[in-house]
Amino acid sequence: MAVETKTAPVLRCQHLGIQFGGLKAVDDFNLEIGESELVGLIGPNGAGKTTTLRTITGLEKAASGSIVFDGHDLTKITPSKIITLKLAYVPEGRHIFPQMTVAENLEMGTYADKAGMAGTMEDVYARFPRLSERRRQLAGTLSGGEQQMLAVGRALMAKPKMILMDEPSMGLSPLLVQEIFDIIQEVNRAGITVLLVEQNAKMALSISNRAYVLETGTISIEGSAAELMDDPRVKKAYLGQ
Amino acid sequence: MGKKIRISYLLNAVGVTLIFAVLSGLFSAGVFGTSTTYIQGICTTACYTIIMVASLNLVVGFMGEFSLGHAGFVSVGAYASAIVSGLLTGKGLPDLGLFLVALLAGGLAAGVMGVLVGIPALRLRGDYLAIVTMAFAEIIRVCFCNFAITGGKTMSGILKLSTFPRAFWVMVVCVSIMFLFVRSKFGRTIRAIREDYIAASASGINVTFYKVMTFAISAFFAGIGGSIYAHYMTAMIPTNFNFAYSAELLSEVIIGGTGSLTGSVIGAAFLSVLPEAMRDFATYRMLAYSVVLVLVMLFRPGGIFGHWEFSLTHLLDKITRRESVKEGA
Repeated sequence: MAVETKTAPVLRCQHLGIQFGGLKAVDDFNLEIGESELVGLIGPNGAGKTTTLRTITGLEKAASGSIVFDGHDLTKITPSKIITLKLAYVPEGRHIFPQMTVAENLEMGTYADKAGMAGTMEDVYARFPRLSERRRQLAGTLSGGEQQMLAVGRALMAKPKMILMDEPSMGLSPLLVQEIFDIIQEVNRAGITVLLVEQNAKMALSISNRAYVLETGTISIEGSAAELMDDPRVKKAYLGQ
Repeated sequence: MGKKIRISYLLNAVGVTLIFAVLSGLFSAGVFGTSTTYIQGICTTACYTIIMVASLNLVVGFMGEFSLGHAGFVSVGAYASAIVSGLLTGKGLPDLGLFLVALLAGGLAAGVMGVLVGIPALRLRGDYLAIVTMAFAEIIRVCFCNFAITGGKTMSGILKLSTFPRAFWVMVVCVSIMFLFVRSKFGRTIRAIREDYIAASASGINVTFYKVMTFAISAFFAGIGGSIYAHYMTAMIPTNFNFAYSAELLSEVIIGGTGSLTGSVIGAAFLSVLPEAMRDFATYRMLAYSVVLVLVMLFRPGGIFGHWEFSLTHLLDKITRRESVKEGA
């Protein structure tokens, strides 16, 4: 079942185990993502998708196993350090700074590394013209879709090698979901590796190269997006066919 | 831009000096007659209360965490400074030097305490943090009641080093530093943490470090406020710094405006003067206090001044612009 990655892995989780109290949230989690890949991690509510991302970013501690990003061990890292390794994290639920302007929000994205900020900001504005129009507006007054764009834009400000995205479709209308997914695909085409955690399996599989299905803390199925879309188990459980 | 900032600093310095000149002029001219000392005392009280309230606002308003134990830091500063000034008396230091050394000692002691309390406490948020800070203040109070060096129940015979001019200028320096702190990059980082700590840490901000630092800076200034207090009162009992005192400071922050140093300054000054002015109704003071607090919460949940900051430059701009319009008309 194992799928060969295209190139040397950028992110690799091996036998990762995560516990909450005495409870095993995630068990023997294995994942490999090659450079410039767009990989989906799908699964039902409570499967441990967000927990896994939070562990990769250091917000939770791993009970066992290893996480290696670009040669760095992430199991002992603090959340504020991952961005300095050029690994950006877009948390679930549109975490932005509501009382700051759009421009200030983007500036916070380069908090770890101020160099070359101006150029990057213009790049982000070019990618998100709607943010450009609203530079001086308070981020809290943006629409849901614009806030999600801002969260992605802020992650891009750090010029990351890889972006971890947690449920970017959450709470957005179908039209906006399409827009956000187009953006993710564009970002990936620009050479940035993406790990996309989604409940919206259909959308996630439509843009991913490969995907993993996480069920009650273990990877149950993995393969190329095309394979998964044809897999009867995936079809039945996640695609409603 | 640089020139504009320099001008605004100059203007503010002139404004502050004017206020000081007017106040001390009134005192030396004897306008208040026999109550001069009394009124000067109220002004000194207002000065150290301003420092305490503004420092609490750093935590409550700018960092967005609730602290119910500010009196604990005030008392650490008060006792530490009193002990230091007691030890250094008669060592040939001039009064002013002794005063400044005592202030610094009080501030540093409180700041160190802020770090010690902050490291474990700031892992908590909201109500839990409020309870821990409250417990800390109570522990400090009980300790001071029982330590020999703090004089047990009462500590008296502290030198009266806090005169009105000294308290005033220390207040000006402290509030200016706090203002610059809030406006700095550090201040913006704190605001980011208040608004969304997950996004802040994803942006590479070490949330715990900045929270503990802010807590310590707030405690440092609380300690300085406490030092002035100690050297003004010359005698103190640990029960002065009970929960009611913390709650009073907190309510002054809330009434003035969480997130507005202007609000803290005016709120603290006003609420220091008010009880004295209304001495005849002292019994009803706490009642009036709670009514005001409820009214503020109902009609101005952000406090009287909200996030607004007074700016002399803006005021002058407004005045001069209006005049030029008149000239044109």
